[in-house]
Amino acid sequence: MMQEITKLTIAEALSGLQKKDFTAVELTEAYLTNMAQGKHYNAYITECTDVALVQAKNADERYASGKARALEGIPLGIKDLFCTKDIRTTAASHILDNFIPPYESTVTQHLLDDGAVFLGKLNLDEFAMGGSNETSYFGPVINPWSKDKPLVPGGSSGGSAAAVAAHMCAGSTGTDTGGSIREPAAFCGVTGIKPTYGRCSRYGIIAFASSLDQAGPIAQDVRDCALLLNSMAGFDEKDSTSCNIPVPDYTAFLGKDIKGLVVGLPKEYRPEGLNAEIAAYWDKAAEMLKARGAIVKEISLPHTKYALATYYVLAPAEASSNLARYDGVRYGYRAKAEGEHLDELYIRTRTEGFGKEVRRRIMIGTYVLSAGYYDAYYLKAQKMRRLIHQDFMEAFKQCDIILTPTSPITAFPIGDESMLLNPINMYLNDVFTVSINLAGLPAMSLPIGLAQNGLPLGMQLIGKPFDEGTIFKTAAALESDVKFERK
Amino acid sequence: MAIDNETVKKVAFLSRLRVENDKIEATKEEFNKILTWIEELNEINTDEVEPLIAVNDLSLRMRPDNVTAGHCREAILKNAPAAEYDYFAVPKVVE
Repeated sequence: MMQEITKLTIAEALSGLQKKDFTAVELTEAYLTNMAQGKHYNAYITECTDVALVQAKNADERYASGKARALEGIPLGIKDLFCTKDIRTTAASHILDNFIPPYESTVTQHLLDDGAVFLGKLNLDEFAMGGSNETSYFGPVINPWSKDKPLVPGGSSGGSAAAVAAHMCAGSTGTDTGGSIREPAAFCGVTGIKPTYGRCSRYGIIAFASSLDQAGPIAQDVRDCALLLNSMAGFDEKDSTSCNIPVPDYTAFLGKDIKGLVVGLPKEYRPEGLNAEIAAYWDKAAEMLKARGAIVKEISLPHTKYALATYYVLAPAEASSNLARYDGVRYGYRAKAEGEHLDELYIRTRTEGFGKEVRRRIMIGTYVLSAGYYDAYYLKAQKMRRLIHQDFMEAFKQCDIILTPTSPITAFPIGDESMLLNPINMYLNDVFTVSINLAGLPAMSLPIGLAQNGLPLGMQLIGKPFDEGTIFKTAAALESDVKFERK
Repeated sequence: MAIDNETVKKVAFLSRLRVENDKIEATKEEFNKILTWIEELNEINTDEVEPLIAVNDLSLRMRPDNVTAGHCREAILKNAPAAEYDYFAVPKVVE
């Protein structure tokens, strides 16, 4: 039995806590019950029941003494890529399966400082490398929308999206390097935003591709995403790429008029063979915005076709460099290689510690960075990245926001052969999301409806740099017209 | 630029990863598939394009050269697979 109070949004739960309709301990216990009943989804890698109950008790004391903070007593799930002090943090990898960070990531510290309760650490693709959550050392997550056979929740933040959809947390944190918040949000019928690069600190987030990685929230609706991002965002001395730009109150944008807003529809996102249902929903979303007075126009992002190949050079290159630190010496897994050469220790540790997709990307990245190939691949991709970035900057001279589908497909079965046998087929699912990371832009995915197969589809809203506000305004308008029926 | 078995072995060593002998051929083929796909980037002439390294301001912030964290040896060593005498321990490397 689903616990009724877990169906509340964060905004509703905050109001209930303030009015003393229920306590934070009761709310946390309700989520813990759902987690116990939802173990088959495999959404959590580590549950922190005891810590959560202590935090909830503290929250109740705060409410009693009138000192409640912005997210006091709200039970959240944390993607297991965020370092949490004294709580195991694995990146869903064997190589970190015994790692207990002695420090807290800035984003999770912000959430704790606002009174959030942490229920546990959520499953993901190993080191966030994947689009289906199947590369996790701890096994795949099952999409709560699955019917006859188990479906993937999307990835890499698969646990984060599935846990929100199945009410095993009120909201969650995710990270997005090429679509890792937006794709799972779309597959699981929930809402998620990747903010502008530099908006949320990367300090304490296990690095995948540092020039692309960005943290963001996944929640049941647009308002909850605004509440969470209010807490997560902000300048941080500890991240040299963090931007010192004031963070507005994102909830202030909700319910605002969108009359005169210019919405761009990139013609390159409607390739021949685009799923007809997805195309129809895209048109419907554009009509809804138009009915509210927005001006919809076609735009062009001419280098869209090259975004995936560019991404699959740059992301593995950065990953191969970032993952060089896992050597079995200072932390993490160490292979048994007594009495052998030090290189042998490294090789055995890394070969045994990393999964197949991570090893593949490390090798591709090492190759494109190696002497003799650097210019042909890595430098070439950096130049293509400029062209892709310029496409968006040109487009934003003609429009305020861009509307596209989030993914070319709905959730697919776990173990799908065409995806597993050819990694490029899996990579193609990121076709609508990777460009946004290459350009460092903010983008949200929100549910638009169900496909004929009964599975959720997502729409993506892409904003100008640091203009998450316009995304929230537009998404809130769209959401209230769509009236998506959540799980 | 198709790669050969020797390159696979070399890249594996540079990555400090092992590819078993019976997997080299398959790895090579998989690599070549991905590299061929990536080579579609050559359709665009980028001779006059500056590489984009970071989307935001390139200049990194300066800060005073002060100690901001430290005195945490114990916390750091706590996760070490092997530690001796307040150091990380590795297999003997010098005979």
